[in-house]
Amino acid sequence: MLKKFEEMFFKFIMMLCNFIILFVLVLIIYSIFHKGMKALTWEMLTQRPHGGYYYGKEGGVLNAIVGSLYLSFGATLLATVIGVPVALYMNVYLIKRKKIVNIIRFLLDLIWGVPSIVYGAFGFSLMVFFGLKTSLLAGIITVTLFILPIMIRSCDEILKTSPLGLLEAALSLGSTKTETSFRVILKQSFSGVVTAILLSFGRAIGDAASVLFTAGYTDNIPTSLSEPAATLPLSIFFQLGSPVPEVQNRAYASAVILTVIILIISLLSRALSKRFHKNKI
Amino acid sequence: MENNTKIKIDHLNLYIGKQHILKDINIEIPENKLTVILGPSGCGKTTLLKCMNRLTDLYHDVKIKGSIYIDNEDVLHTSTDVTEIRKKMGLLSQRPFPLPMNIYNNVAYGLKISGRRNKKALDARVENYLNMVSLWEEVKDRLREPASRLSIGQQQRLCLARGLAVDPEIILADEPTSALDPISSEAIEKKFAELKQQYTIVMVTHILRQARRIADYVVFMYMGEVIEQGPADEVFDNPKMERTKAYLQGAFN
Ligand SMILES: Nc1ncnc2c1ncn2[C@@H]1O[C@H](COP(=O)(O)OP(=O)(O)O)[C@@H](O)[C@H]1O
Ligand SMILES: [Mg+2]
Repeated sequence: MLKKFEEMFFKFIMMLCNFIILFVLVLIIYSIFHKGMKALTWEMLTQRPHGGYYYGKEGGVLNAIVGSLYLSFGATLLATVIGVPVALYMNVYLIKRKKIVNIIRFLLDLIWGVPSIVYGAFGFSLMVFFGLKTSLLAGIITVTLFILPIMIRSCDEILKTSPLGLLEAALSLGSTKTETSFRVILKQSFSGVVTAILLSFGRAIGDAASVLFTAGYTDNIPTSLSEPAATLPLSIFFQLGSPVPEVQNRAYASAVILTVIILIISLLSRALSKRFHKNKI
Repeated sequence: MENNTKIKIDHLNLYIGKQHILKDINIEIPENKLTVILGPSGCGKTTLLKCMNRLTDLYHDVKIKGSIYIDNEDVLHTSTDVTEIRKKMGLLSQRPFPLPMNIYNNVAYGLKISGRRNKKALDARVENYLNMVSLWEEVKDRLREPASRLSIGQQQRLCLARGLAVDPEIILADEPTSALDPISSEAIEKKFAELKQQYTIVMVTHILRQARRIADYVVFMYMGEVIEQGPADEVFDNPKMERTKAYLQGAFN
């Protein structure tokens, strides 16, 4: 009897928690869309800010949309190219070095927790050192550093679940560790790796503080890596700070755009990973 | 020369951390015979098998002393690349681990990494090896399907075909039937009986009846030691050691 009550009680608590989280989530999305949809026009998506944009006159945030896409795709690509091999290295090459791998994991978890503004400051001091100006390139490098721990650790957590027997099977067939890593273990974990890439992309496109000093902000669309680039989070930040109500609403419209971009990328990567999921053992 | 020795294990000791797992193992495994390593769970059979194709390289904090000669080459102390050593041996594990790819590529994988890319030749070899394990008829119309869709018994035969495709001389099998139903188990046993004409087979088992059915040569292990070894009929009908007798009578398991 008591057991049954206990069971009911915890079930209730869990359902309540679920409900609260869901409610808050829906509330956030609702308020963004409620305020944003009013201001979201075709113009917002397709034009750069004109002279009086920040006083409520015509124009849009195309500069920030393109800037954000360039920046987050660039950084995600770099972080994938560096991060996935690192995670494979930790789980295939270093398989017998448990202590070293655990130290690496611990360090990565530590720097995962470092706030992005610190990465911004670090990126800025790198720029000063190399004599770079605020630019797309500086932004990409900073954001790459910022999402690398996320990328590596998320991939690592997935690769950790790949069965030892599979690794042994591949090695028994005479594959080298590199062949085993890329042709077997990566395939097995592919859908998880896609999720890790997506997670990193979300962090990259959503962060404002790391790009503040490094990518800068501009009303122009960058045509090369050495030009500054605008980003959606910063455009939200600047527009929210405006005393003009129209401009404030445009901040919400920009938030809608950011949310929809993330949604589209999520759906695409889901579809992509499903195609590979079927071979998983 | 009827009994050529294919694998000679010489004073092999293996420690994991402070644990002494394999204790002074000396075994001579005859060529083109089926050798069964028999013993209760935890006595070190799997570890011994993995020493032979150097999968113990992956173990954390392991120390190995002694030698394992395969065709007179000490595989534990050789300059030969470990991938070459492993290609000499096909491995079947306790439960099948097909590669995360389709049926065809599971068999072709070993050939492809050895640089064979000719489509026609690959097709022919894939068919040949699937035939060798009597799987061809069952899968010939679904070669592009993921291997994971096969039944466990089929997966185990696929793993055997995949191992044979890299042209090994030795088959190492670690309780290959323990996850299988009786019919699939029998299929594997029958395959082994055929394959021993061409391959040296080392099979681990703790199932006494299975060992009696198929063994030519028996190694009985207990607590990390080899207690007794010899031709199957001698060991089964006339065990010399008390512990072997006890095990054969089912005193412990
Ligand atoms: N990777 C490992 N790390 C630590 N101990 C191990 C490891 N593998 C096996 N052992 C130990 O070695 C002994 C023999 O194991 P194993 O070779 O798997 O026996 P069997 O295959 O005969 O059941 C067991 O006591 C087991 O706990
Ligand atoms: Mg075992």
